[in-house]
Amino acid sequence: MDLKPITAPATEEDRAAVDALLGPAVPAATSLRESAGLRHLLLPGLHAIQSRLGWVTPGALGYLCERLHVPPAEAYGVATFYALFSLTERPSRVLHVCDDLACHAAGAPALTAQLEARAGAPGRAHNGAMWLRSPCLGLCEHAPAAMLTEAGVAPRAVAWGPVDVAGCADALAGHSPSSSAAWTLCAPQATGAVPWSAGAPRLLRRVGQVDPESLDAYRAAGGYQALRLALERGPSWVLREISESGLVGRGGAAFPTGRKWQAVAQATARPKYLVCNADESEPGTFKDRVLMEHDPFAVVEAMTIAGITVGAEQGFLYLRGEYPLAHARLSSAIAKARARGLLGADILGRGVAFELEIRQGAGAYICGEETALFASLEGFRGEPRTKPPFPVESGLFGRPTVVNNVETLANVLPILTEGAAAYREVGTSGSPGTRLFCVSGKVARPGLYELPFGVSLRHLLELAGATDVAAVLLGGAAGTFLGPAELDLPLTFEDTRKVGATLGSGVVLVLDSSIPVGPVLARIASFFRDESCGQCVPCRVGTVRQEELVARLVRGAPRGSHQQEQELLRELGCAMRDASICGLGQTASSAIESAVARLGALFPPAAAAAAKEPKP
Amino acid sequence: MIRLPVLQPAALGGRVRPADQAPHAPDEPRPRLVELSVDGQAVRVAEGATVLEACSARGVDTPTLCFAKNLTPVNVCRICVVELEGARTLVPACSRKAEAGMVIHTDSARVRLSRKLVLELLGSSVDLSATPKIAEWMERYGARPERFGPPASPAQAGEREASEPGHHHAPEGAHAATVAQPAKVDNELFDRDYAKCILCYKCVEACGADAQNSFAIAVAGRGFDARISTEFAVSLPDSACVFCGNCIGVCPTGALVFSREHALRQAGAWDETRQAQTTTVCPYCGVGCALTLHTQDNQVVKVTSPVESSVTHGHLCVKGRFGWQYVGDRPARKP
Repeated sequence: MDLKPITAPATEEDRAAVDALLGPAVPAATSLRESAGLRHLLLPGLHAIQSRLGWVTPGALGYLCERLHVPPAEAYGVATFYALFSLTERPSRVLHVCDDLACHAAGAPALTAQLEARAGAPGRAHNGAMWLRSPCLGLCEHAPAAMLTEAGVAPRAVAWGPVDVAGCADALAGHSPSSSAAWTLCAPQATGAVPWSAGAPRLLRRVGQVDPESLDAYRAAGGYQALRLALERGPSWVLREISESGLVGRGGAAFPTGRKWQAVAQATARPKYLVCNADESEPGTFKDRVLMEHDPFAVVEAMTIAGITVGAEQGFLYLRGEYPLAHARLSSAIAKARARGLLGADILGRGVAFELEIRQGAGAYICGEETALFASLEGFRGEPRTKPPFPVESGLFGRPTVVNNVETLANVLPILTEGAAAYREVGTSGSPGTRLFCVSGKVARPGLYELPFGVSLRHLLELAGATDVAAVLLGGAAGTFLGPAELDLPLTFEDTRKVGATLGSGVVLVLDSSIPVGPVLARIASFFRDESCGQCVPCRVGTVRQEELVARLVRGAPRGSHQQEQELLRELGCAMRDASICGLGQTASSAIESAVARLGALFPPAAAAAAKEPKP
Repeated sequence: MIRLPVLQPAALGGRVRPADQAPHAPDEPRPRLVELSVDGQAVRVAEGATVLEACSARGVDTPTLCFAKNLTPVNVCRICVVELEGARTLVPACSRKAEAGMVIHTDSARVRLSRKLVLELLGSSVDLSATPKIAEWMERYGARPERFGPPASPAQAGEREASEPGHHHAPEGAHAATVAQPAKVDNELFDRDYAKCILCYKCVEACGADAQNSFAIAVAGRGFDARISTEFAVSLPDSACVFCGNCIGVCPTGALVFSREHALRQAGAWDETRQAQTTTVCPYCGVGCALTLHTQDNQVVKVTSPVESSVTHGHLCVKGRFGWQYVGDRPARKP
């Protein structure tokens, strides 16, 4: 291909932003060969431009395209895919105010209204700053939350909560970021690491107890024992232990981890890749953030074990762009591990190699879908790919790839140090081990709770101090609502499946009787409309129609009869579930349909009763 | 003098060729067949064939929009979905490879419902007036796009390009959002009427690695605001476009259209019943591309190339596609 460059010339600053990532430009004669295979640097390149200039200028994008030999139209298509990149000029300081589910329950609608009165409409520059509404920032236990980004030669980002309108205004005025103390003080506390009754927590045992910046402290607290065991006993031992532990994925799909690892370990194609999916974006989910912020070495160690077990020498941790503190802590942990020979060409002198790199997402929920994540990492739009082929066969760069969620990987360490048999002693036979529950909303003690599988939802809600429970959203925006009569549900994969619910990513969002369900459903519908990648018709248009339908019902202005609207909602849900390419479209109607069926939301009682009748 | 050892044929492959037999290329290996069931009947297709091909072999007419024989399947329109027994969701016939033992249903209630909804979702958001076969499919599946309400007012020029991923105006719900917008007219050869775009990706594929390798256009934006765009939405003459028109050749909805066709359609004068198609060979270079000239009132209104042509696979260059103005300019010969 013979690329036509962008006509806007790159300024010195445009070039500097890109060169800071890629190094100085090479002579033109060698650039084509030099740039072959560099497409995967498109996303880091766009981050470099955005964080330095505050927006993606035509000149900088053109220069990046030249350096990476990417067609400008494609690079523009990629840049316009992500919410954290702007293709039009923006002030350097941008405040992202979360108005998603947990923050909604914590008063985000009032907060954003006040902010609008004080600092102008969202998206409008005002005194060198602007604010935007944001989908879930993963700070639900500190709701309402916000994230401030400040572009420049030394770009900064901080996410914190709870925020009020004065705090938002201060941040917009630059007060909070200019005082270095505020930037560090804003680090969220590791709250709610509640020990379970049967013993000490497994996944959260170091959270809030051990200095996340110190490798020595991590080792003193049992760190790197699992890697030593894995190196001593070999990959087949690790594979057997993981398989026998019954560990299944904690990202939402609950696929057996052992089978995934086994398939990639047996694959003959080279190279193989390990990807840690840390694009935690499911509204109401913050468990991976807490693990990465407060036990970063555990994530690095578990990834190292996974890599050497399946024969992957390169790992990528795909971290959502809204987690600045996790990024800092993980970067520091990786550097320290590498300096001590715990990462690199010769791990602990055993002759095995594993390298690890963090790649940041840029505001796209869909990139948590594994094949969309690969596309994003490779420098393409984060559009899911058709399965089959599955990642274990053809994943990142078309190679056999293991992709695991952060919490899934965190389980690997106790499985190896305790042994699979001891691991299984906790939990149920169908759901062994413990689970992290992200409790937020109307509870006295929101936070991350580690509990053995099998405890009831009621028990968890009692621990968190829920007194008035009108509804619980289980599993996230892609999950299901449960009514107050269903709180005795044991929290396991098998029991939730039996009642047509899902544990999803561990979200337990509590709504009390003070919060009308309608606007919450409207927010969920709005979320999926915003986050659909737009590739397939059922999801691209279906999420729009679903949002319109919910809006009509919340306004009390159905089109035609309630029965007609009910039929429309049901048929939309069926088509999205059956005909969408990926899990986003397939689950986009799940929470709304469950609220109609289980809470009697959106429709008057007569229509709701008719909906429960079996359809011919 | 160094003597090289002479390798005997037996040492090469074990088989000695009779002296009188001329060397020839080995026969194409006969493809292995896989047998599957389509609507209760056994079908055998070559290994590697798609479910769509198996359906066609069974005589099942499967609607498709984003599929084209000369492009890599992207399976995004989802109108070709079929039910595969044992699969959690429906599967796209156009891209799913046929496997031995598959049991496929092409007209089950689930299939019919999803196809109906896909047609309604498209019909309520896109102008399908120039999409062949759409009325027939709407009838077959009982699609009523108007169920979603009257259309919202069209976007102004540049409005969709200015949308930002992750942000949109909350709807009140009384109107159905559409992609209606003014057509982009920025050159003399073809127009882009994106109010008719169903985002099938075909033009992007034809502009890219599947045919032209120009990469002048790509999908930009996200979700319902996704659109086909050049970088920063610059005009085609300012982009990498080489005006091969292969995007027009693959567009299934008439969104990409010859300027002359667009003008005739807007004037209400486009009439395919009055058109003739003449197959000829491009007069320009030595490749010999097959051309089909579409004429109305003895004027060339459109040029295509047959997808079946082994020379073009349906794709042309700027000269074959657009270089025919002289045909009408020649003064008529006196008898």
